[in-house]
Amino acid sequence: MIGLSHYLIVSALIFSIGLIGVLRRRNLLMLFFATEVMLNAVNIAFAAISHYYNDLTGQMFAFFIIAIAASEVAVGLGLLIVLYKKYGTLNLDDFASMKG
Amino acid sequence: MYEIVAFYLFSVLAIGLFLVTVMSKNVLYAMTSLAAGMVLISGFFFLLGADFLGVVQLVAYVGAIMALYSFAMMFFDATRDIKEKNTNPALVFLLGGLSAVVLVMMFAAPIHSDAIQALYPMHEGVGNAQDVGMVLFTKYLIPFEVAALMLLVAMIAGIILAGKKMDQSLTEDIGADDEILKQKDEK
Repeated sequence: MIGLSHYLIVSALIFSIGLIGVLRRRNLLMLFFATEVMLNAVNIAFAAISHYYNDLTGQMFAFFIIAIAASEVAVGLGLLIVLYKKYGTLNLDDFASMKG
Repeated sequence: MYEIVAFYLFSVLAIGLFLVTVMSKNVLYAMTSLAAGMVLISGFFFLLGADFLGVVQLVAYVGAIMALYSFAMMFFDATRDIKEKNTNPALVFLLGGLSAVVLVMMFAAPIHSDAIQALYPMHEGVGNAQDVGMVLFTKYLIPFEVAALMLLVAMIAGIILAGKKMDQSLTEDIGADDEILKQKDEK
């Protein structure tokens, strides 16, 4: 039978994949994709705990996480377009203006 | 039996697709695999009995957020491969692997579950959507309204940030537009 630990382990693995993405990506759009992966992993954990403890609070938190992800994407993509207009690239290394 | 097969299928496919998202050099491949992985995650929600959350995941994540990403990709050059200079890939994988091991060990550890009590228990014989609505519009009404206000602010911010100088082409220089006009004239 599939237990709570199964879901939590899958969630942890997907979260770590997102973390690897955040650490190794240098392109801002790809960095956004990696954060979406991490948010989804957390949602799986919330839904699983909500199911196995028969409690609705986990699902509520997952709803608010989805709302926050939606607004993050709206503002973040607007900022990405402004950055792209200014610099012509989305590469993080090209934005480094302080030499040291 | 059905649940076990579905769980393992979904988890293997989701992990594989998210690995493609993280490792791929092409923006289009990364975005498509991310959308597919989100559909599979909504499958997890349906397996867990959170029907309404699964539908919201499909509508809001796959429908809205991925559509927003694909619209945004039209401003950037999506066909070119992304060149990324990784200074120390071994360190990244070491850190990621270590955090994966730590998280898995934390989550696999036994929980003293008798002490945990359900704050808002699910009701027998009541659908998930109805249950969610009851809790969302009584106990979580103020966070719900604040989230609505936050989405409004985010919408206005997105429009104002992205809406300036929309008549100019972003991906190509002005010479490309002239070339297209020239080709039209030759025809």
